[in-house]
Amino acid sequence: MALLQAHNLTAFYGDFQALFDIDLSLEAGETVAIIGANGAGKTTLMRSLSGVLSNAPEAIVFDGHPIGALPADAVMAQGLAMVPEGRRLFPSLSVEENLLIGTYGRKVDGQWSLDSIYDLFPILKERRHNPGTALSGGQQQMVAIGRALMSNPRVLLCDEISLGLAPVVIRDIYAALPKIKAAGASVIVVEQDIGQAMKVADRVYCIMEGRVTLTGRPHALSKDAIHAAYFGEALA
Amino acid sequence: MEITVETRTSASRISGVVFLVLIATAVVLPAFAERGLIQDLFFIFTMLVLAQWWNLLAGYGGLVSVGQQAFVGLGAYAMFGAVILWGLDPIPSILIAGLAALLLAIPTAFFAFRLQGAYFAIGTWVIAEVVRLSVAQWKQVGGGTGTSLPRSATREMWFVESITTLFDVKSSAARDILAYWLALVLVVLTIGAIYWLLRTRRGLALAAVRDNPEAARAVGVDAGAMKWVVYLVSALGTGLAGGLIYVQKARISPDAAFSVLDWTAYVIFIVVIGGIGTIEGPIVGVLIFFILQAFLADFGSWYLLALGLIGIAVMLFAPRGLWGLFTDKTGIELFPVRRRLVVHSARDEVKKWLK
Amino acid sequence: MIWVDTVIQGVLLGGLYALFAAGLSLVFGIMRLVNLAHGDLIVLGAYLILILVSLLGLNPFVAAAIASSLMFALGWVLQRAVLNRTLGDDILPPLLVTFGLSIALQNALLEGFSADSQRIDAGALQTASLSLGPITVGVMPLLTFASAVLVIVALNQVFYRTALGRAFRATSDDPVTASLMGIKPANIFATATGIAMIVVTIAALYLGMRANFDPSIGPARLIYAFEAVIIGGLGSLWGTLLGGVIIGVAQTVGAAINPEWQILAGHIAFLIVLIIRPRGLLPRAVD
Repeated sequence: MALLQAHNLTAFYGDFQALFDIDLSLEAGETVAIIGANGAGKTTLMRSLSGVLSNAPEAIVFDGHPIGALPADAVMAQGLAMVPEGRRLFPSLSVEENLLIGTYGRKVDGQWSLDSIYDLFPILKERRHNPGTALSGGQQQMVAIGRALMSNPRVLLCDEISLGLAPVVIRDIYAALPKIKAAGASVIVVEQDIGQAMKVADRVYCIMEGRVTLTGRPHALSKDAIHAAYFGEALA
Repeated sequence: MEITVETRTSASRISGVVFLVLIATAVVLPAFAERGLIQDLFFIFTMLVLAQWWNLLAGYGGLVSVGQQAFVGLGAYAMFGAVILWGLDPIPSILIAGLAALLLAIPTAFFAFRLQGAYFAIGTWVIAEVVRLSVAQWKQVGGGTGTSLPRSATREMWFVESITTLFDVKSSAARDILAYWLALVLVVLTIGAIYWLLRTRRGLALAAVRDNPEAARAVGVDAGAMKWVVYLVSALGTGLAGGLIYVQKARISPDAAFSVLDWTAYVIFIVVIGGIGTIEGPIVGVLIFFILQAFLADFGSWYLLALGLIGIAVMLFAPRGLWGLFTDKTGIELFPVRRRLVVHSARDEVKKWLK
Repeated sequence: MIWVDTVIQGVLLGGLYALFAAGLSLVFGIMRLVNLAHGDLIVLGAYLILILVSLLGLNPFVAAAIASSLMFALGWVLQRAVLNRTLGDDILPPLLVTFGLSIALQNALLEGFSADSQRIDAGALQTASLSLGPITVGVMPLLTFASAVLVIVALNQVFYRTALGRAFRATSDDPVTASLMGIKPANIFATATGIAMIVVTIAALYLGMRANFDPSIGPARLIYAFEAVIIGGLGSLWGTLLGGVIIGVAQTVGAAINPEWQILAGHIAFLIVLIIRPRGLLPRAVD
């Protein structure tokens, strides 16, 4: 049985339906990438998985427990930690405090602690007393990832972690992924950059207009199929 | 297909006629009504005037003032000052009351506009306290203990003698009738002025500022200037009401004239329970307030405790008040100020296009 | 010398005003909520202590300790059940709900305790004084000021040195992201109001021991508290103490000139600061 399973997941903003019957699964130890154009519903899907948007209890099952109706803080306590889109560091907190607050709702022994986060991203140790918002975009992204790791999550949800960053910075950040997986987390990444997604993922889901249009292992998917699933039209 | 922009509704056309009939009835009412009814209506009209102005401030302007008693009190004291110190007749002195409140509003706005949101509210309260404490030092009008209008001034008040002969009543009853007519004029002018203001371009801008200040600024609505206009006219109207109320009371003291309970708390209650941000709301609210007052005022603090709790409940469970509930159910608006698109044909097509 | 004495009395009085204001400042800092019933809650606290002292014969300080836990619970429930529903972009609901609460509370107290003024009996402490050279200072005002300093130190410690304080600041910044960290914003707000009510109880203790009180005096305490917060600058607790001191000194100096000017002088000091430094004397750098 999958570690995390979404079944017939829907989402609405008022009258507007953003997701239609999404089925998605994440096996333990796996990395899954979700790709799709702007407005396809990727972030809505992440907000649903993390409990910001509420669902029917059985729509999301984590480790055999229905969590679809739980609020975000309870979902987090179960072991799903989120790196939100736009990083969303707390401006009133220093870098170190931003990391520490990651343990507020879930304190479990595991590989991740302040020290091991500083080993993973050494620059953060230097800047640990700065306000989080005084850092560069890439460093802020490291804080946001570190903050989520502090709770030693079983599933790490990463929403658009490469957005707005330089390629070299993106490479540094993705370089941390193997260590994160080695520490025992399964990972879902949302990516606009298809190439990046194909490189890191064991499996890929493509979403268009709130529906899953394609799924499979990266090497098994043709460029044509991806293009069609991404834009809704065949490659010219 | 034809589309026009309208603000009137059929209900508002009917209500216009009904209002004219009501006003005409109100004008001739003293010919057959008991003195008690005239006094009750005076109370209802003056509270409605205060409620309408506060509603314009808070419901449309987003300026939640808890200091409107400053304008009631200063207006009342300016009227007393004009009568006692200058020997003016009380009736024209009511205009001086309005003017004094308007003048006070200028420095008040200067201070209070430096404070945002909730702090604006308490800031206006502080200023009202400053005015109250200062007026209490004004010995010629009685200082802290207050004073009464001179008997000569009330006896010889304009129009009183003609009313005495017209209705064959005592001079005290004639004074009540006069005050009632003036209150009627004031309430009609108030509602008319606010209705007109809200239907002008500036008034529509006001609603835009309330609903979304950032967007309003982006399209060039000057929110700052509108705040000043709303604040100053509200002060003027509130001051006129203050002057008139104290012409009728004929006795004043700083604690009564600057009472936060009488001139602000009750007014807020009226607007909230009736429906904030509509012209109809305060009308509904003042009637309910009057009925509650008539039946429950004898219970003293229990009554006020209940008013406070009712206000909380309405704000939590029906934030648009009783009139809001009524409008949601029926779609009826008597004073429509929102622009609506009226589609005369191909309705669905346009709806689709609007999406 | 009389002026030095007047100013010292004013500074110590400022401690009381800072105690009134600290809870208001805390709640505003975390959830941008201004509780117009704050002054009435202080008066409620004073009656609670009074009951414990007169019915159980407790020492006022012990009574205040017990009352503070009751007030914490009251604040927690009030925030969780009522005030959380009013939070949002619209400033009307919180203002009007707390204004209604103020009216209701005043009249409930009036019904329960009558309009007679009361005082919490502090025994010999009430009149004790210390001679500092040529100046004599009452022990009670000194204790009040020391408590204000202690409260502010303690609140700052909680705010900047504990996990709860981090949660307060994070929730204040961004409640949705805070919930992704396992924080329940509704409970955080309730806890903040609960803590503010503990401070309110401490303020109530000194209010009731120093002078007479009755159900109607709440709004004036709210106004002093508010003035102290604005003079100090939003979000700075030490600024709030400074604001309290300025109001206190203005009042005692005003009263020394003419007893009728005491309250007016405090308000005028506030207006002057508002003209010169609209953001207060010690505004927080990040807003």
